[in-house]
Amino acid sequence: MSVLPFLVAGWILLVGMYGMVTSRDLVHAVGCLAVAQSSTYVLLLSVGFRHGGTAPVYSDIPTNARVVDPVVQALALTDVVVGATVTALLLALALQLQKRHGTVDPDALDGLRG
Amino acid sequence: MSVVDLLPLTVAIPLVGAALLALSGHWIRRMGCDILTALFATAQAAVLLVLWLHTAHGSPGHSPASWVGGWTPHRGESVGIVLVGDPVGVGAALLAALLVLAVVAYSWRYFDEPPARMPGTFPALVLLFEAGMCGFAVTGDLFDAFVFFELMGTAAYALTGYRVEDPRPVQGALTFGLVNSLGAYCSLLGIGLLYARTGELGMAQIGHALGAHRTDLLTVAAFVLVLTGLLVKAAVVPFHFWLADAHAVAPTPVCMLLSGVMVELGVYGAARVYWTVFSGAGGIPAPAVRGVLVCLGVVTALLGAVMCWQQRHLKRLLAFSTIGHVGLFLVAAALLDPEGAAGFALYVAGHAGAKAALFALTGVLLDQYGSVDVHGLFGRAKALRRSVGLLFVAGGLALAGLPPFGTGLGKSFAEHAAGSWLPVLTALFVVVSGVTGGAVLRAALRMFAGAGRRPGESGGPQTSGEGEEPEVRDPGRRVPRTMIAVPAVLLAACLALGLAPGVGGVFGRAGALFVSRADYQAAAGLPGPGATAPPPPLPDWTTAGVALGLLSTALAVGLAAVAVWGPARRGATARAARRALAACSRTLVLPLRGLHSGRLGDDVAWLGAGVAALLGAFSLLR
Repeated sequence: MSVLPFLVAGWILLVGMYGMVTSRDLVHAVGCLAVAQSSTYVLLLSVGFRHGGTAPVYSDIPTNARVVDPVVQALALTDVVVGATVTALLLALALQLQKRHGTVDPDALDGLRG
Repeated sequence: MSVVDLLPLTVAIPLVGAALLALSGHWIRRMGCDILTALFATAQAAVLLVLWLHTAHGSPGHSPASWVGGWTPHRGESVGIVLVGDPVGVGAALLAALLVLAVVAYSWRYFDEPPARMPGTFPALVLLFEAGMCGFAVTGDLFDAFVFFELMGTAAYALTGYRVEDPRPVQGALTFGLVNSLGAYCSLLGIGLLYARTGELGMAQIGHALGAHRTDLLTVAAFVLVLTGLLVKAAVVPFHFWLADAHAVAPTPVCMLLSGVMVELGVYGAARVYWTVFSGAGGIPAPAVRGVLVCLGVVTALLGAVMCWQQRHLKRLLAFSTIGHVGLFLVAAALLDPEGAAGFALYVAGHAGAKAALFALTGVLLDQYGSVDVHGLFGRAKALRRSVGLLFVAGGLALAGLPPFGTGLGKSFAEHAAGSWLPVLTALFVVVSGVTGGAVLRAALRMFAGAGRRPGESGGPQTSGEGEEPEVRDPGRRVPRTMIAVPAVLLAACLALGLAPGVGGVFGRAGALFVSRADYQAAAGLPGPGATAPPPPLPDWTTAGVALGLLSTALAVGLAAVAVWGPARRGATARAARRALAACSRTLVLPLRGLHSGRLGDDVAWLGAGVAALLGAFSLLR
């Protein structure tokens, strides 16, 4: 397997983190977290990839057919569910912050320091 | 039904309870919700107690393990998930269950005005949190650990931001959520790398398969990435910035759980992953792990102690004291020997009782005076001196490691293990527990006795703790009995832990099993030597342990006395000392406090820098 998928996954993680560091808007920051998370999808799916493999559904292919690894697909699916939960919760918190505080700019929130 | 079948129940009971409460919270009203929660929390604690008695007192052969859903290994291979009940894992879950029980009792009358429409939300979230923590503690599967990690994370974010009317909890919860989830995704990347190398997800199985390959950059990257999420949860420098912000704003019962057990589970997870996955051939060499993690622990402990001393916001003070103690826990666990592991486990158990009690007492102050600002409460809490004040002082002394509290015994184990590797670490244990205990005693003297001069306003970045929303809107009511009884029971438990005969034997055996890779692999169904030789039992109290405990307590009392009465002293020496301290504080402490800006971008940047530094350190040392 080539090293390219690992580099791509690392690059996506770094892009997401860069976005979170420089973010001026918490909704944008939550989006960047989702970008960082998509690096895990890329990594997991490419780990299980096999050349010439097809989808691991045996209903219409012979049982000795070459398929990609179904375990990582299950992992990626679980990961999607986890990510959706976290993103939804964080977006709800950001909305609440906009309602109560009137801003979602992380630099304008300085109630907690020192 | 055998004892092994109880393992899956430890996840199922709180999950079912949470689902029931979320569904029926509409109809059964406040009282029904409370009774239902108490029932499930008690059942969970009882199941874990039975399991713990079984595992801690010697199951012959190896630790019990349960393949969920009957997916047992077939010719050495399995796609199933294994739960392993070794004494430290079950003990961690038991600690979480007991603290949840305390929190349920404490919040019985705490939120007197719950959200009118959904009284079941808060207890449902607490049970969900418990399910995540217990599952994380007993799982033997790395990906499953990630899922439980995120489950406890999500429940904790929601609980931290529970009071949505106030902007600060929401802000703290957002930072908490963003930073912790980013750490968790780093862990998942590491798990993906390990799967790419070994094709396995079970911890013992990965560890076994890693031996077929030499340690290369992929192994190191996987180790660092998996460790990142766990160290973020454990609030180890430089991943600690979220902790104080989240603890300062979370509702008090939630703080008890966050500080008492969740943060410590991060250290537990890191040690567990090292021992089961990376400690063998093809893993990471022990001297590298010991060196780097002990360094991180020392920095964390010192930073926690310094920042703890600076705080006037009571919850923030306790939060930084947690960071200081987590540093000590990390040092103990990273010594990579059975005695260090035993000390880690016992110290965490004792600390949970003391810290949860202190948070609970802070909740009483918030309830009575609507403030957690030590300066604002100066001398105002005199009416509560005989009940809350005494318990608060006892909590401060327990934090400082006064024998015979459980914290003192755990500290003496960890201290002994650390001191026999590097003698200077003994001093670290004494200083950090002394300073954090002293900060608590100083606050107690000021609030309950009005001792010394009224502290002046200082410049620089700080969070005062004035203008907190009281969590209970019923001014002038008497302190509910449960709110005093729960911290008293917690402190008594901490005391009992130190006094119970044979604690050293039980924890010594637990520590030896925790660091035994062979036992874990045998439990997870891998061929191997299996049972290890029983360790020599640890003595309960040693003269050196008692002396060092008394020394750190004396340091705590002395520091508190100097801080309270020192500013009023006259004379050239006192003036010179004050001037030197002020200069030191300007040059060293103010920049440090400035670093804790509470900004999301800074936290994430530190996280990135920390990962890069760990990657560099481990690739050089491999």
